[in-house]
Amino acid sequence: MKRKKKISYAKYGYIFCIPFTAAFILFTLYPILYTILIGFTDFKGLGTSSFHFLEDPFLNYKEILASPTFRTALGNTFRLWGCNFLPQILLALLLAVIFTNRRHKVKGQGFFKVVFYMPNIITAATVAILFGSLFGYPMGPVNDLLMSLGIIKEPYFFMQNKAVARGVVSFIQFWMWYGSTMIVLISGILGINPEIYEAADIDGASAWGKFLYVTLPSLRTILIYTLVTSLIGGIQMFDIPQLLVAKSGPDNATLTTSCFIYNQAFSGSYMYNRASAASMIMFLIIAVLSAIVFYLMQDRSEAAEKRQQKKIAKEKNRVRKERG
Amino acid sequence: MEKGKTQKKRPSGVMLLVYGLCIVLTLLSIMPFLIMVVNATRSTTEIQQHAISLLPSKYLLNNLKILTGKSFNPIVGFKNSILISTGATICTVYFSTLTAYALVVYEWKMRKAFFAFVMGVMMIPSQLVSIGFYQFIYKIHMTNNFLPLILPAVAAPACVFFMRQFMIPTLHIDVVNSARIDGAREFYTFNKIALPMMKPAIATQAIFSFVTNWNSLFLPMILLTKQEKYTMPVMVSLLKGDVYKTEYGSIYLGLTLTVLPLFVVYFLLSKYIIAGVALGGVKE
Repeated sequence: MKRKKKISYAKYGYIFCIPFTAAFILFTLYPILYTILIGFTDFKGLGTSSFHFLEDPFLNYKEILASPTFRTALGNTFRLWGCNFLPQILLALLLAVIFTNRRHKVKGQGFFKVVFYMPNIITAATVAILFGSLFGYPMGPVNDLLMSLGIIKEPYFFMQNKAVARGVVSFIQFWMWYGSTMIVLISGILGINPEIYEAADIDGASAWGKFLYVTLPSLRTILIYTLVTSLIGGIQMFDIPQLLVAKSGPDNATLTTSCFIYNQAFSGSYMYNRASAASMIMFLIIAVLSAIVFYLMQDRSEAAEKRQQKKIAKEKNRVRKERG
Repeated sequence: MEKGKTQKKRPSGVMLLVYGLCIVLTLLSIMPFLIMVVNATRSTTEIQQHAISLLPSKYLLNNLKILTGKSFNPIVGFKNSILISTGATICTVYFSTLTAYALVVYEWKMRKAFFAFVMGVMMIPSQLVSIGFYQFIYKIHMTNNFLPLILPAVAAPACVFFMRQFMIPTLHIDVVNSARIDGAREFYTFNKIALPMMKPAIATQAIFSFVTNWNSLFLPMILLTKQEKYTMPVMVSLLKGDVYKTEYGSIYLGLTLTVLPLFVVYFLLSKYIIAGVALGGVKE
C-alpha cells in the first residue's frame, strides 16, 4: 500500500507546462528568430515571399545606424521618456509620502487614488487623439481657455511647435503613469518596518531626514523595478506619438523608434529587413540599459542594506538601554 | 483620541497646500474627459465658437449620425474588441494558473530552470517579435483572423509569476493529496479544487489582462486590414484621418464611445484594480 502512495507525479509538472511552452515557441521564439533572420536579408515589398542573404550581413544594421531619421527617433525616444519619468517619479514619491503620513491623514485618499490612477486604464489611442483635439488649431479647448483668460490674443498652433509637441507627448505619458507609480510606492512605504521610523523618531530625526535616510533606501528595490519597467515601456512608446500629431510632428519631433519601425515595415516602403535590424538594435539597447541599471543598483543596494541592518541593530540597542 | 489632538493642531498651510495639490491633480484627471463628453453633445459650430463648455447641448444624435455615416462603426469595433479581449483573457488566466500549478505542486527536475525561463520571457520587448510574427501570420494566411491575437495570450509570463506568488501560501499540498486519495485525477484536481481556490487572484489578473488586450493597438493595427475586423483602438485611429477632419462633435463622440465601457469597468472594479497595482509592485 505504502509503495503505491509514493507514485511519482513529476511527469504532470512537465505536462502542465506544455501549453505555455508551445505558445511561447510558436508565437514568440519562432517570430524572434525570424525577425533576426530577416535582418540579414534583402526582404522587402508587400507580398514578396522570397529573399536572399546579403553579401555584407550587417548592411541593414549599418544603413539603420547611419540613417539620420533613426538617430532622430532614438534621441526623441530617450528625450520623451526622460521628460516624463523624472517629474513622474518625483510627484509619485511626494504623493506617496503625503498619503502614508501617519500623523496628518489626508481625507478622501481612496477617492484621490482612484482618480489619479484612472488615466492609466484608458485606451492610449483614445487619449492621444483626445489630446490632439484639446490642443487643436485654430479652435481647441486649450486655445479657448488661454484666450478667455487673456493669456494669448490669437489662437496658437501648438502642434507646429517642436518643443510643445514633444512636451505634450511627455505630459501624456506622465499623466497616464504617475498614479500607477504612486500606488506602487505607497505599498512599498507601507511595507517598511515601522520600528525603523520609531528609532529615527527617538533620534530626533526631522521629517526630511527620515525621508532621506529611511524611506528612500528602503524603497530602493521598488525604485529600481519602477525605473526598469518604465524604461522598457518608454523605449517601446508607440500609440501616443503615433496618433497625437500627423506625420510625427514638425521635423519628426515626436518620431520614436517604435514609430520608425512601424513606418519602415508597414506603411509605404515595406522594408521588413531594415525594420528587423532596427528592432534588433532597440532590443540590444534595452538589454544593455537594463543590465547596467541592475548592476549599478544591486551592488549599492546590498551594501546599503547591510549598513541599514547595522543601523537598526544599533538603534534597537539604544532603545533597549534607554528603556532599561 | 490622539488623532483628535493632532487634527486640531493641523490647520497649517502645509495641509492646505496638500489638498490644493490633490484637487489640481483631480481636475487634471477629470477635465479632459469631461470636455470630451460634453463636446460629444455639441455641434461643430458650437465647438468652433467656444471649445470649452460645461453645458451639454442637444446635437448628440446628429453627431452620431455623422459619425456612423462614415467609416467609424462603434458596434463592430465593440464586438470585435469584446471577442478578442475575452478570448485572450480566458487563455491568459487559465493557462497561467495551470503553469503556476505545475511550478508549485509538483517536484520535477526542471522546475527551477523553468521558472527562471518564465522570468526571462518577461523581459522580451514586443517589437522584437512583431516583424517575424507578422510575416509568420501572413504566410499562413491568418491576417484578419482573431486567433493570432488570442492564442499568444496562453504564454503570459507576468501572470504566471503573479499566480505562483499567490498560490504558494494559498494552496496546501495536503488538499491535493487528499483529493488523490479520493481517487481524483490530476487534471480534475486542478480544475475542481485548485482553480476555485485561486478565484481572487484570477479576478485581479483577468481585469488587467482584459484592459491590456482591449487597449492594444500595435498588433491589431498591423494584422487587421479589413474594416469589419477592426478593434476599438484601431477604429479610434480612423478619427485621426481626413474623413472626420472638421467634424469635431463626431470625433469627441467617437472617443467617448470607446472610453465608456472602460469607465464602467473601472468605477465598478476600481477597488480591486488599485489593490492589484499595489500587489504587482511589491514583488522582489
